[in-house]
This record gives sequence, structure tokens and C-alpha cells, in this order.
Amino acid sequence: MSTANDIPIQGGAAHGNVRPILFEVLHALDKLLDDDIPTTIDLAGLPFGPGELEKLEAALGHGELVAQLNALGTSHIRETAYPGVWWVEHRNVNDEVTGRYIEITRFPEILSSQDADIGAARARLRETFE
Amino acid sequence: MKYRPTVGEILQAKGVSRRGFLKYCATTASLLALPPSMIPRIANAIESARRPSVIWLSFQECTGCTESLTRSASPTVEGLIFDAISLDYHHTLQAASGDQAEAARHAAMEENDGSYLVLVDGSIPTGNPGYSTIAGISNVDMLMDTVKGAAAVVAIGSCAAFGGLPGADPNPTGAVSVQDLVTDKPVVNVPGCPPIPMVMTAVLAQFLTFGQIPDLDKHGRPLAFFGNTIHDRCYRRPFYEQGKFAETFDDEGAKAGWCLYKLGCKGPTTYNACATVKWNQGTSFPIESGHPCLGCSEPKFWDKGGFYQPLSTGHFGSGATVAGAAVAGVALGAVAAAAGRRRKAKYTKEA
Repeated sequence: MSTANDIPIQGGAAHGNVRPILFEVLHALDKLLDDDIPTTIDLAGLPFGPGELEKLEAALGHGELVAQLNALGTSHIRETAYPGVWWVEHRNVNDEVTGRYIEITRFPEILSSQDADIGAARARLRETFE
Repeated sequence: MKYRPTVGEILQAKGVSRRGFLKYCATTASLLALPPSMIPRIANAIESARRPSVIWLSFQECTGCTESLTRSASPTVEGLIFDAISLDYHHTLQAASGDQAEAARHAAMEENDGSYLVLVDGSIPTGNPGYSTIAGISNVDMLMDTVKGAAAVVAIGSCAAFGGLPGADPNPTGAVSVQDLVTDKPVVNVPGCPPIPMVMTAVLAQFLTFGQIPDLDKHGRPLAFFGNTIHDRCYRRPFYEQGKFAETFDDEGAKAGWCLYKLGCKGPTTYNACATVKWNQGTSFPIESGHPCLGCSEPKFWDKGGFYQPLSTGHFGSGATVAGAAVAGVALGAVAAAAGRRRKAKYTKEA
């Protein structure tokens, strides 16, 4: 046994915190389809035991679309195996996780080009013609 | 008064894109325990907020609170909150010293009269003024002089919030907390030994975003972070409900990650956010590392008996509090209480 990671962790993933979140996701899909209301679940405020977050992520799986945002560090945004359910993870410039969310939406807002950036882009491009 | 740029201008000058700004706002919402639906409102508020002046005073303290905070202030999203304030005075971090440092404090007070924030770590000795002085000024005089024009005061750490270790029995310096002395200004207590860095930044973010201090509990702590007990949000809580407890630090229960109540865990009577915000960039918190909660964010925690004595022995908090905690958990019941009484008898006998 040479590193801390080699020490087997016992007692993980038996705390029952994953299933209620999957239920919440299910209800959020109802809201999205029936009322067109998106939902964001902030995972930072929820208690997870060792291994539970990984269990939740595995339960949602991987879907067709993966995006990477490079702004104030890297963010990974991917659709899960359940279309309309997105796993969003924000990291800072030190690659530390600063936020984890499950977004139940058709398209996460942060992926859209923002008006302020579009305006700055137009000005920048215009300058190249002057 | 010199021009104070808005936070939006500061971020723009740093080349932060709108997407980056939204990411910043998402983290801020998470910090403040606000629902993600508040992100657009936070974005609007932060963009137009003016950079506030902050004066940080350190009294009878170990610098652990500053250490905790600066460990979180690497160039991160939450670190931007610190870029967005003007930290005009801080003994440990500022380059100036002596008269120049004091001149900086006075200049910040004059330029921002009525709108600056005072952050304090460490308790204040009220015995001999010579116990702790800065630039020849006693801690009491410096505190009372500095808070005169402040919008609010934030007591960082258990020493500033409740007296902490210097105030523990027999309290040789007559140490008191900020709220014992400052009674005519809003005082926010952010206790912990040390406090969770993100909680400290969140209080600043709240002030920055909404221009007001957060909602507080009866001990002056922000409810967003101190509204639940460690026990309420502990991932080991299901074991408490099932009556599964570690009896020693190396038994099968400890190895299986069972509840640490019988090993003295103060989680049921301790209000803090360790169980969800966690430490070391969200790696873990003491209970997750196999150690009971010491209750460091509660008033006078040093003087409430041994850290390894179970709550049911009655040393920590009132009997009613403990009974309430036991009722909240379904299955603790007589077994743990009886074990606690046996243990109390053992401690009494040994003492």
C-alpha cells in the first residue's frame, strides 16, 4: 500500500441519498415537458457520502452531447443518458470544482452566446475593417 | 472621494466574458445557498455594485482564520470576490507597516465613512490593555475607533464571535467577543475554528450583491450556513437512525463508517455547513475523515467538557438540547443514553 488512494474505503454508497435526487430529476422532467419550466439542482447543498456522487453520475450516464467551456477555468457540460438532463461541472483555473449542477432543460443557458459578448465581438470585427 | 469602479467594470477589465460572469454568478448563488433561479438577479446586482472598502483587524488570534481564507483566495471564481473588494488594511497581508499602515486605515475610514466593512478576527482583551496592542493602540480602542463609521462588522472565527480560546476558562486576559463591545452596529458572526473559507467569502458576496447583511440566527450567524446542524446534513445520519454506532476509533463500526455519536460527536448540537460545503476544496469534513465534530462554531465550545465525551453525558449544551437531538433521530434511545451514562460514570470515577 503506497498511497492514500490505495487504502480501501468501506461503508460507501449505502447512505440512500441518490434515489431521492433521481426522483427530483423525474419530477423536473415532468415540469419541463408539461409546463416548459426548466429546473436546476445545485448539488453543493446536498449531503453525499463517499462514493455517492459518483453513483449518481453513473446512474445518469452519458448522452450524445459534450461541451467544454473555457472561462475562469474549465466547465464541462454534457447531456446525460436522459435527454433534457444535463450534468454541469464548473472548475476554476486550478482545476478545482467550484460548482456541480444537474440542469433539466432543453439547452443550458451558459452554452448560448451572450449578447454582451456578441456586441463586443461585433465591435472587434468592425475594427478590423478600419 | 476616489472613484470606486463597479464589480462589472473590474471583471470586464480582467477580460472576463459574459459566460465567465454567469459562471461567477452561479458560484455566488451556490455560496449564498440561493436557488439557481436567482442567478439573473445576482448578475444584475453584482454588475452595478461598487467596490466596497474593507478594514480587517486582527486581535488575540492565531492567524488560522486568515490562513483558512487565503487558502481559498487563489485565482478562483470565489477569489474574484476578493478582487472585487478593496482590502485597505490587514496586518498580515499588507505591505505597509507602522505609521503608514495606520494612515491607510484612517484614510479608508475617512474616504468611505458610513459604507466600509470591518472584519475582525481574534478576541479582545479587556483586562490590562497591554495584553495586546497594535501601533501602541489597545485592541479595545482600535476596534471602537474603527467601527465608528462602519456599515457593518463581521466577526471572523470563534474568537471574534464568541471569545474563543483566549476567552476559555480561566480567561486570563478578560477576552470578550466583538458583539460584547459593539452594540450600535450590525454584527455578523462567522464562527468556526477556523471558519469555512467559502462561508467568509459568501458573507462578503452577500454584502456586495445586495448591499445588506444576511439573515442571522440567535447567535448572529448567517442562517444560510448555520441554519442546520452538522447532524441534520451528515451523510452518516442514516446510521444514527438505525442505531449503528462506532464504539471505538478502530472497531468494525468505525471501519464501516457508522455514526460517531458515541465517540463524542457534537454534530447534533452544532450549527455549521461543514457537511455540505466541506473543506480543502470540497474534499471532505472531519466526520468523513473518521473524527467526531468538535462543535467549534458553537459559543464557548472549549469549556463544554471533553471532545470525546458523548453528548448524552450532558457536558455539552443543555439537557433539553440533547433530548431534542435524540428525538430528532428516531432510534438512538435508551441504548446510547445508557452507554453515555456509563461513560460519564467512568469519567467521573477517573477524575
